[in-house]
Amino acid sequence: MTNANSAPIVRVELPHHLRTLAGTGIEVELTVPAPVTLSTVLDALESRYPMLRGTIRDHVTLKRRPFLRFFACQQDLSHDSPDAPLPAAILSGAEPLIILGAIAGG
Amino acid sequence: MSSVRVLVGTHKGAFVLTSDGKRKDWKVSGPFFAGIDVYHVKGSPVDPNRIYASQTSSWFGQVLQRSNDGGHTWEPVSNKFAYEGETGTHQWYDGTPHPWEFKRVWHLEPSLTDPDTVYAGIEDAAIFRSADGGQSWVELPGLRHHGTGPHWQPGAGGMCLHSIILDPSNSNRVFIAISAAGAFRTDDAGATWKPINRGLRSQYIPDPEAEVGHCVHHIAMHPDRPGILFMQKHWDVMRSDDAGDSWHEISGNLPTDFGFVIDIHAHEPETIYVVPIKSDSEHYPLDGSLRVYRSRTGGNEWEPLTAGLPQQNCYVNVLRDAMAVDSLDQCGIYFGTTGGQVYASADAGDTWTPIVRDLPSVLSVEVQTLP
Repeated sequence: MTNANSAPIVRVELPHHLRTLAGTGIEVELTVPAPVTLSTVLDALESRYPMLRGTIRDHVTLKRRPFLRFFACQQDLSHDSPDAPLPAAILSGAEPLIILGAIAGG
Repeated sequence: MSSVRVLVGTHKGAFVLTSDGKRKDWKVSGPFFAGIDVYHVKGSPVDPNRIYASQTSSWFGQVLQRSNDGGHTWEPVSNKFAYEGETGTHQWYDGTPHPWEFKRVWHLEPSLTDPDTVYAGIEDAAIFRSADGGQSWVELPGLRHHGTGPHWQPGAGGMCLHSIILDPSNSNRVFIAISAAGAFRTDDAGATWKPINRGLRSQYIPDPEAEVGHCVHHIAMHPDRPGILFMQKHWDVMRSDDAGDSWHEISGNLPTDFGFVIDIHAHEPETIYVVPIKSDSEHYPLDGSLRVYRSRTGGNEWEPLTAGLPQQNCYVNVLRDAMAVDSLDQCGIYFGTTGGQVYASADAGDTWTPIVRDLPSVLSVEVQTLP
């Protein structure tokens, strides 16, 4: 999936509370300039939904918040380099990048 | 006719409770920010429709919310709290140095004169200010850079700056309190700060009369008498008649002087309220009996207020920011419990009625008296 300028359109699935905060549905579609990495997808997400800044990764260090995970294509990408290319199925739009809140708490 | 709006922060969202001046029939709105801890909600004294709320989550971090219509609708504003300059270290629970790390906003204190100016007390302890309605935040770093900073330690709930009092007679003077560093005051609008803990005695620190290290739970000031402060310390209820330069104990005949909240009658500056809690090991009322204690003499002589409050099998706590007063002619007193009840008294504490009984655990209660 690409836009008119051939930039990939990436599907991102958000957890419940971030959907509420950003006022979105389960999934958002983002135009992400190459290279498509976790960093560039999150940059695009935060650019379109500025209220999400600081809720997924730290404002300054850009480190992932500890109780969040990044899943895609049945893989846990949470510990991968944020600058590593994402799987081809993400770029094609066949699979979403899933931002998941850890199942914990009361 | 006047009305009141009670702003309640809970473990699972915020609620807005409204009533006319009779304070008998209540409308409950919420939850706002459902499912998320809301540590504090407070309105501007100059524009009551401007309300700020702190929602915080271990998963998604801090979100600051702002309402411009009295809590009907909300919009997120900036959640970026970046410490100024070198971060430095404070003491960790085990006494080792630990870097300052932003965790959450505990307390929001809107300016007395400008609805766009608001102060935030955060964990790890620091004070920030926004002059643009929460769109950006700047630290007042003189507090954290106070020479004693490396010796501050967290209390059980974290190293939180939980109390901010703005002096209505002197815009340069602000009081704050940190658990477990103690109370501080600035007389130059936040540029420099001094510890104001002389007279406090805390057996749980190596030097019981140390300059810092006291676990102050809450402080209160009557706006008509800004030099007089009241404090609920971890143990001990304290009073200062010299703007915090010295303190003396006023626990008097309280059955236990451990507790979290302390507040002052809107029209009687010598009438104060506390909720005694059994001990620091058992955070619930003595004998399962929920009693507010009132002193009409500025401390030392206390009377239990029980009418309408559960007097058996009650094992809730009342947290540090969970009591507030309205300023109607007959002063109303409000407090929330960890059991989810919000109690109101329309007669200065003589009798109590639950506004709601089954909210999530209450973290904070503030009241707006509306024209």
